[in-house]
Parts: sequence; C-alpha cells; structure tokens
Amino acid sequence: MIPIEHILLLSAVLFTIGVLGVMLRRNVIVIFMSIELMLNAVNLSFVTFARSMDSMTGVIFIFFIIVVAAAEAVVGLSIILSIFRTRKTLNIDEYNLLKW
Amino acid sequence: MLIIFYIFAALSVLGGLGVLFLRNPIHCALSLVGTFFCLGAIYVMLNAEFVAVIQVLVYAGAIMVLFLFVLMLLSSKDSEQYANKWPIGKILAGLLSLGIFIQIAGLFNAGELQLGPKGAYPLEVVEEVGSIALIGRLLFTDYILSFEIIAILLLVAVIGAVVIAKRRLQ
Repeated sequence: MIPIEHILLLSAVLFTIGVLGVMLRRNVIVIFMSIELMLNAVNLSFVTFARSMDSMTGVIFIFFIIVVAAAEAVVGLSIILSIFRTRKTLNIDEYNLLKW
Repeated sequence: MLIIFYIFAALSVLGGLGVLFLRNPIHCALSLVGTFFCLGAIYVMLNAEFVAVIQVLVYAGAIMVLFLFVLMLLSSKDSEQYANKWPIGKILAGLLSLGIFIQIAGLFNAGELQLGPKGAYPLEVVEEVGSIALIGRLLFTDYILSFEIIAILLLVAVIGAVVIAKRRLQ
C-alpha cells in the first residue's frame, strides 16, 4: 500500500506547478494547459481519499470533474480562437479588449 | 510496488515541469500528455481502473488532441515564449505559489491527517462487484440528477463552442 501522504505530496507538487504555470507563462494555451494540470492534481487527491476512506464518492466526483474540464476546454479554446482572429497573437498581455 | 509509484511520480512531476519551462507550446502539450499517462498508471495502482481508463481516453485522447489542433490552427510566428513586461512579477509568483504549496502540504504533514468514518466500499467489496459496475450503479441511482445536469452542461458547451468559434458571415 502506497503511503497516503506521499500521493498527497505529489498532488500538491503538481498543483503548485500548475499555479506557477498560470502566473509565469504568457502564452494563453499554455496557461490553459496549466489549468488542466491543476484539475488533474485535484483528481489525484480525490482518488487517494476515496481509496483510503473506502468510499466511492470521490470516483463519482472525478467523473463530473472530467466532464466539466472537457466542457471548459471546448468553450475556452473557441474563445481563444475568436480572439485570435482579431488580435493575431497568443500573448495574454495583448488581450486587453475590456480595458479602457 | 512502492518503487513503481515513485518512478511514475517522478515522471509526472517531470512532465509538469516540462509544461512550465519548455518554450514551444507543442512540446508543452506533449509533456502534459506524458503527465496524464503517468497519473493514469498511479490510478491503476490505487485500484481505480475506471478513472485510469477515462483519464487516458478523455484527457490524453480527446482534450489534448483538441489543444494540439488549436495550437496548430493558430500557428502564430511568435510561438516562442513572450517577453515578460514585469520582471518583479516572477518573484511575486514564486513567493505566492510557495505559500500555496506550504499551505497544502501543511494540511497533511506531521501525520496529523484526521479522516472521518470509513465508507461502505472497502477494497474486497469493490473487487467482488467490480469497480465499473459499482460506479455505474451509483451514477444511475444516487447521482442520477447530477448525471442528467452534467449531460445538459455538455450539450450547452458543444453548442456554445460552435456559436463562439463560428466565422461571422459578411
């Protein structure tokens, strides 16, 4: 049996890498990928707790999280696509359409 | 068993660092796929076969292919990393994420992780019934309302993506 603290530590490390990616990278799509990485870190801790608590709820939650992540990726990427048509760049610093 | 877990954990952290540091976004996407595969292997070790399968099918198979499609569709010439206009922001980001990491890791440090009462599905029951059968039974009984709502959410997302990404007709 893998010690639960080690899996949770892996989950924390992956989540922190995702947070760093959102704050440091300037490419919108890479920022989006970092968000997916954070969602995966949370999924990992859900599975860990579900297994160590003898519960099934965590696994059901992951089902819903993955569906929401898929919906989020589809809508977000189409928004990026339509912004790219007017701005011609993927740099997030140039995306200041709402600023005046 | 433990050694295999550490190998996959190290590989998944390596993939995550690849997303953080690689310059070409396509390389970032491929290293993220590697991370997803390693996490799938860890799910198998945790007796969550269903999660491992949908991790590989949906995440590595569908979502990352969508990312790669969009990356190649929008192949702008400036696909390299953009210059950061605000250098002090890097230091602030490092400090903030360090704080987040200490907060999360402090929750389960020093072995004082207090878990509540155990649930009704120990490993023997799961292996007897089968984890996929159990998940299906729960999804269509206890969680049927959430299941229907998530189906509508997916439909709305598909229609919304088509409407947003559609080219305006002149």
